[in-house]
Amino acid sequence: MDSLETVKTVDIIYDDVSYCVPVDRTVLSALEEVGIHFIRSVGCRGGVCGACTILYRVGSDYTLKAALMCQEMVQDGMSILPLPFFPQRKQPHRLDLPESETPDYRVLNHYPEVNGCIMCGECTRLCPMGIDVMGYVGMVKRGDLRGASEESFTCVQCQACALRCPAQISQPNAAMMARRYHARYQAPQAEHLSKAIERIESKAFDAGFRRLRRLDEDELRALYQRREREPTDAHPGTWLPEDRSML
Amino acid sequence: MMTSEEMMRFPEEMRPSLRMVEQSRNDRVAAVRRGESYPSLSLTDREAWLEEFHPDYSYGGRRALRVGPSRGMEVPVELAELLESKPRRIVQQLRRIEVEKRVDVLVIGGGGAGTAAAIAAAEAGQSVLIATKLRHGDSNTLMAEGGIQVADHECDSPLQHFLDVLGGGHFTNDRDLVEILVTEGPLVLRWLEEQGMQFDKYPTGRMKVRHGGGTSRQRLHSAGDVTGLEMMRVLQDHAESLETIETLPFHAAIELLTDERGRAVGALLEQVGKNRVMAVQAKSVVLATGGFGRLHVQSFPTSNHYGATADGLVIAYRAGLPLRDLENSQFHPTGIAYPESKTGLLITEKFRGLGAQLLNRHGDQFVFSLEPRDVTTAAIIRECKEYDNGVATPSDGRGVWLDIPMIELLHGRGTIEKEFPGRFKEFMHRGIDLRTMPLLSYPTLHYQNGGVSITPDAGTDMPGLFAAGEVTGGVHGKNRLMGNALLEILVFGLHAGRSAALFSQEMGEGGYPGLSHLEAFLSDLDERSVNTNVTAPSLLPSYGPVEWPLTGINGDRRDNDDLTGRFS
Repeated sequence: MDSLETVKTVDIIYDDVSYCVPVDRTVLSALEEVGIHFIRSVGCRGGVCGACTILYRVGSDYTLKAALMCQEMVQDGMSILPLPFFPQRKQPHRLDLPESETPDYRVLNHYPEVNGCIMCGECTRLCPMGIDVMGYVGMVKRGDLRGASEESFTCVQCQACALRCPAQISQPNAAMMARRYHARYQAPQAEHLSKAIERIESKAFDAGFRRLRRLDEDELRALYQRREREPTDAHPGTWLPEDRSML
Repeated sequence: MMTSEEMMRFPEEMRPSLRMVEQSRNDRVAAVRRGESYPSLSLTDREAWLEEFHPDYSYGGRRALRVGPSRGMEVPVELAELLESKPRRIVQQLRRIEVEKRVDVLVIGGGGAGTAAAIAAAEAGQSVLIATKLRHGDSNTLMAEGGIQVADHECDSPLQHFLDVLGGGHFTNDRDLVEILVTEGPLVLRWLEEQGMQFDKYPTGRMKVRHGGGTSRQRLHSAGDVTGLEMMRVLQDHAESLETIETLPFHAAIELLTDERGRAVGALLEQVGKNRVMAVQAKSVVLATGGFGRLHVQSFPTSNHYGATADGLVIAYRAGLPLRDLENSQFHPTGIAYPESKTGLLITEKFRGLGAQLLNRHGDQFVFSLEPRDVTTAAIIRECKEYDNGVATPSDGRGVWLDIPMIELLHGRGTIEKEFPGRFKEFMHRGIDLRTMPLLSYPTLHYQNGGVSITPDAGTDMPGLFAAGEVTGGVHGKNRLMGNALLEILVFGLHAGRSAALFSQEMGEGGYPGLSHLEAFLSDLDERSVNTNVTAPSLLPSYGPVEWPLTGINGDRRDNDDLTGRFS
């Protein structure tokens, strides 16, 4: 165990109070260690839920940065504002598509403010996930839902971009709608899945289940141990097992 | 090899060990190329290691429940204390219950299972209230990386999936539940596709799939390495579009409400952090509160969400519902031990599948890297505790190296970036280059295998109460396979919602909502002379030096109890 003298520390400022905390801590664990308990502003603690967004500045540096508190390491002179709640603009939709509309216009009509983007790049600069937010806003504007889906795919909806947008765009919600409309109306649908569903609906496996359910545990274990393993390099839909009694 | 600048990113005390890892790497890679591998354990050794070192078997780790419907059942001590705890004083002092809100179906929990249930109940024409402790969507669902198992390709079938699930659960699963799980898989997958969830697909639309631990067919479907996040945000977005679903965030259920005939008719909700309690009356209730990872069983770190504190188990047990399969917890062998910003989170098995080896502080192998999860977990603990061959972290934890850079040597440059795009980018952002820098790992508490017993229609022993997801038991038996949790929450979440809707339509309003089940439970505690100063549900874990006034575990915290997710 390190003695207190050898622990390197930094000073961070939270809610106007300065705390001396060990380096090698995330902002979240450092603040918890000094006795701050969070209800809001904490979520998965793994960088995927976007609950612990903070804005911060370091020392006299003029740059305002955004981060997730559970991911960002403490820095000396860090001054921190957590974002517990953000008034979002979210346009309701039922994932429906009237005949007169296309998916890209549908999205654009729900979030027309993307057209007001002044291309300042603040959203992209701030994004803690490294997403080119301004890039996908442009794609929504141009009707490229596929591009917007791909670029926004890892968005954790932390709202840092929306908070600072001078055009008042709700980027994460526009992206959410773009992804769903792209997946529903533009991405290829899984045909093999329809076949699997047909077989289930025609009760093709009922007899098989009755047979399996009649086996005692030893027989079941033997069957389990005899399973053929699909090779890892098999392309889906090409390999078939020797024993097809279970198909 | 790391640059000296990269080496400097590790604390000084770790660097000598890192140099040993680098020194032995070429020899280890050469050995793999010659087809040599560290010997896997015999079945006898496996059992011996498990019994001696796996947390499930460690002395004092479990104890028998002294009260309640599953009296005599062994569960982790941390859970036993909560299951034998007392209700909040404010609840015990309630004279009369003033109903503040009435709804057809009350769903407790806003993760994947709860949201699916809410959607199903709303689409069946019922008014729904989702009461959720944190924000809607805050759950283990969104943290799931691996994917969802569904038997949809030609070489696969629900029968084959059935066999895999049973074998994974050591044949202890409830077979009726498993049959439903695997049979409805393709239906649920289509439903998700129609909701606009993205899946990894070939240009033809065929879903990409791969193996998970214990699968005989490649049936793990994914959306990049954020499958759970994509699923949760789609479910939530859909639920928000339904006018008959109302969501009450930051409202945790602290007791069920029952009528004079023992039917579930609502719940008491506490506004988290506000010490305010409100009663909601409902015609039926769905329990979907998730698991117990944040109890840090035996002080283990966890891969779970902040809110995974077993609240649902506590209130259900108190209301007389039997539990099952809670003897064995799932520990994932390779949680992150350093860097601290990632402590307890998973390093997926796929890294080991591609050749990354587990090494002690001398840079030596001590176990075959692809033993079953529980065996690998036992081996890492043995190496750190028994032989003191672990690597110390700045906060006095221990871990073993996962030598990820080997993958680049074995499979060629660029492999890591290609196979793990999300992880690669994420670690790079933190200044950790997985192509050159090993990660320190230690087992992490991952999943609650068991829970409240349910019937195939997601019903429980209590009329009007339905349950789905990690809070339930039976689907996975004593051990869950990777990819079956996301499937379970959808299949049984939708069942729970439909069943609750049907019950509410057929039975209408129940009797006067009360707490008579609590009196029965409290007198059980008295009769069996169980003295407890623990109040539960605890709602949130308590980290840091000051006892969090709203958590219920009073006076029972060991000194210096290390709950920030580090192994002590």
